[in-house]
Amino acid sequence: MSTATATARRTGRGSGRGAGRGPGRWLADHLVLVLGLLVLVYMTVPVLVVMLMSFNDPASRNSYSFDGFTLANWTDVCGPYQLCESLVTSLQIGLLATLGATLLGTLMAFAMVRHRFRGRSAANLLIFLPMATPEVVMGSSLLALFVNVGVAGFLGFWTILVAHVLFCLSFVVVTVKARLAGLDPRLEQAAMDLYANEWQTFWRISFPLVFPGILGAALLSFSLSFDDFIITNLNAGQEVTFPMFVWGAAQRGIPPQINVVGTIMFLVAMSVVLVGELGSRRRAGR
Amino acid sequence: MAGPLRTAEPSAPPPAPGGRRGGLSGYLLLLPGGVWLALFFVVPTATLVATSLYDPSGSLQLGYRMTGHVQNYADSLQDYAPQLVRSFVYAGTATLACVVLGFPLAYAIAFKAGRWKNLMLVAVIAPFFTSFLVRTLSWQYILGDNEALVSFLRAVRVLGEDGHLLATPFAVVTGLTYNFLPFMVLPLYASLEKIDHRFLEAAADLYSSPFTAFRTVTLPLAMPGLVAGTLLTFIPSAGDYINSELLGNPQTRMVGNEIQDLFAAGDYPTASALSVTLMAAIVLLVFVYVRRSGTEELV
Amino acid sequence: MSQESAPQGAGADLVLSGLTKRFATFTAVDDLDLRVPQGSFFALLGPSGCGKTTTLRMVAGLEEPTAGTITLGTDDITHLKPYKRPVNTVFQSYALFPHLSIAANVAFGLRRRGRKQVAEDVERMLDLVELTGLADRRPAQLSGGQQQRVALARALINQPRVLLLDEPLGALDLKLRRQMQIELKRIQTEVGLTFVHVTHDQEEAMTMADTVAVMNAGRIEQLGPPEVLYECPATTFVANFLGQSNLVAGRVVGGSGVSGGGDGGDVVLDVHGATVRADRARAVVAQGDVWVGVRPEKVVLAPAGVAPPEPAGNCLRGGVVSDVSFVGVSTQYLVRMPWGQELTAFSQNSGHHERLRTGAAVDLHWSPAHTFCLDASQDAAAGVEPEDR
Ligand SMILES: Nc1ncnc2c1ncn2[C@@H]1O[C@H](COP(=O)(O)OP(=O)(O)OP(=O)(O)O)[C@@H](O)[C@H]1O
Ligand SMILES: [Mg+2]
Repeated sequence: MSTATATARRTGRGSGRGAGRGPGRWLADHLVLVLGLLVLVYMTVPVLVVMLMSFNDPASRNSYSFDGFTLANWTDVCGPYQLCESLVTSLQIGLLATLGATLLGTLMAFAMVRHRFRGRSAANLLIFLPMATPEVVMGSSLLALFVNVGVAGFLGFWTILVAHVLFCLSFVVVTVKARLAGLDPRLEQAAMDLYANEWQTFWRISFPLVFPGILGAALLSFSLSFDDFIITNLNAGQEVTFPMFVWGAAQRGIPPQINVVGTIMFLVAMSVVLVGELGSRRRAGR
Repeated sequence: MAGPLRTAEPSAPPPAPGGRRGGLSGYLLLLPGGVWLALFFVVPTATLVATSLYDPSGSLQLGYRMTGHVQNYADSLQDYAPQLVRSFVYAGTATLACVVLGFPLAYAIAFKAGRWKNLMLVAVIAPFFTSFLVRTLSWQYILGDNEALVSFLRAVRVLGEDGHLLATPFAVVTGLTYNFLPFMVLPLYASLEKIDHRFLEAAADLYSSPFTAFRTVTLPLAMPGLVAGTLLTFIPSAGDYINSELLGNPQTRMVGNEIQDLFAAGDYPTASALSVTLMAAIVLLVFVYVRRSGTEELV
Repeated sequence: MSQESAPQGAGADLVLSGLTKRFATFTAVDDLDLRVPQGSFFALLGPSGCGKTTTLRMVAGLEEPTAGTITLGTDDITHLKPYKRPVNTVFQSYALFPHLSIAANVAFGLRRRGRKQVAEDVERMLDLVELTGLADRRPAQLSGGQQQRVALARALINQPRVLLLDEPLGALDLKLRRQMQIELKRIQTEVGLTFVHVTHDQEEAMTMADTVAVMNAGRIEQLGPPEVLYECPATTFVANFLGQSNLVAGRVVGGSGVSGGGDGGDVVLDVHGATVRADRARAVVAQGDVWVGVRPEKVVLAPAGVAPPEPAGNCLRGGVVSDVSFVGVSTQYLVRMPWGQELTAFSQNSGHHERLRTGAAVDLHWSPAHTFCLDASQDAAAGVEPEDR
């Protein structure tokens, strides 16, 4: 039920019953919804363009326009030199960084919300600051460190991983913390009151209830890691991730295959989300 | 800095007593992540500051000498002040655009979407799943000179005969807005969603008009989300160089472009000085902003 | 039912001694001493924020006492972990596990103690709280009252030695509440568990409990059987918080010792010039200035100068009826006294005497046996509910 209608019903005593109907009224009631949908369109159009361009048959290397329809890009995804290698590198880094950041971040979130200790505002600051640091600054300071300790020659997979865990970490802490803060501590207390020890309380109550937050944090980490260009570019050495491949390609002329990869990524992620959603509907329905 | 960063401790439920809830296990849980942050964030930031004071005549090959060369800051400011200012103007504009676009969307999802709520949320997150760069490149197409949008705008005379969209400040801000909009919508939605509908009904009951109810009830309660959202859009926008590079022209270069190029060229001291300046400016702005918005809760 | 945690012999009283809880600078529970006899139904009554929940949480082990000890029989449980105590709680906020079904919620405690076959017990328990057939739902799919009954079932099924109930019936409608009160009382007497029951509902406390403790600002004001608390309140707070009281300033003029001021052991008092008597046993203070108290339903109003149908003994003259409100079974009168105070009297609508009108001049009559005397240094308005003032 909408607030606007509720308000109208309460205050609209003077107006006749029929006056409320009609398209003008409908629009007034749904104005926000219409605006919201328009914004959603703005957010979605580029994705649709990506999908469209995955079928593009460009007339020249530097063509930005849709010149003809072809399925060739889909049958030859790995055609452009290094595209699929960079994709594999990005997936590996994404998975490892997600794993590391989610684990470390979840532990930190539990410490911050459920434990009392001295220096929590310092800890809060430490967690917040990386989010307040522009990527280019974070990337360059890491580079400055690597240069200063003399590993500038070893920039590559592992330095990228270190950086990715770093910038995902704060987002994980914040996401899990939010979920954990919304979790009534009395639920855990009730479990303890009902003979569950700390371990059982964690696994039977806290963890299942916080799990959606952890999952969300992991998904966020993965997409942040997979998407990152600025920090990666500074610390990658000779390694090439997918965003770096795209960047390089953008300077030379964009192979339409990157749109295929974008489309596939999108479809895979959407099916994961939809399957999850259906699963939780089913569970809730039981 | 500790003031505005205190999270909403008082409103948070008290930590659960019983069991090992003392300091020690808290520190243990904090340790691995804390070490990571210390080693790869605090130390590098300190290194960055140190590097910004190196003698600029050194090079990666020859090595640098620590000379406390404060002049680096003056030099970098002198050379790159326009880019710095431009970064903040673009980022500010994009953030404002994100608020204007994001609020109706977040509001619609929270209160008007009904059973479509989850679907709309997924649609907000969906662009994340296509690579950032790929999406930005698709704006090159959308805003391109030979495409429908420009033709249409020329036809209705919003643009002149040979007006462009691509390679203009407008394109850069559009790209920034587009790229960081989800970071505005999601926190806004999260705080709007927490608003109990009964508050608004109570407000209506107390004879406030919908607008008054919005101003006195919805807006204050949405404030934490708004603050978080503006920070999450403004900060990355200010440091971004991808949009400027892909959608702009040499006159739209932002400070990020310069830092990146300086690092690429091996001028570490100047690049570091510029980075530190950017960071300091942002921290200062954020500090003032958070103070003024009166929100203790961050993100 | 299971015998695992059935009460172990007599003498397993719950004893709180010197129990104190401070939150930063605020003292929520202040040096509390309390003995809850084993197998008794003990009600804790008090205004909001007086520390009832905090007390229960310390007994359950969910809050660490700042000072003092808690013993159960011979065991000191002050620092025992919550899951090691034979104590269960019905939370004020229910605290049902949202991700578990109702059946799983109810079975939680039994399962944690290693019981495998729980289905039958769970079913019996759900029948008992009239939630048959809702076993597979989630807490969010139940009404507030139903959730409350799940919380009750989830604690009761464990048959703890002490069951702590924090306003367990607050969300129920009157009919269901009466039903659950009877049910609770039956379970308690049948199984012989110790119940510590926190409630806002005086009537509930009075009808169900063997012992009622009235708590105020972190302390126990008075403790005893319900009728004693009602008839002989020890403080102005109890006099006003449990039911209503008329408190009039008075001064003891005789009968406090052996001097033959009156018949038997009565205390003789001067109240604004009139002489009234009070049962010696009901005078907390029998010297100097006192508050003279009488319950409104004990006061008989008679037109000025007319003797009441049954002679009462005490009489205050010169009142004027300032307000009459009809409340069904009784009529409530406010009478303004010559010294400006308004006193209250209830009269049964038995049809025996005619209703008085506003402005009528009346005398107030009541018996010395219904008079109590309280310490005059206490605030006469302590414990008055705001709307009564
Ligand atoms: N964690 C806490 N920190 C600080 N003060 C607290 C805390 N918990 C309770 N208090 C305070 O202690 C006092 C007693 O609280 P308690 O919950 O025991 O009241 P109560 O008697 O149960 O009230 P009610 O009838 O409203 O439930 C209150 O004033 C409350 O504000
Ligand atoms: Mg309470």
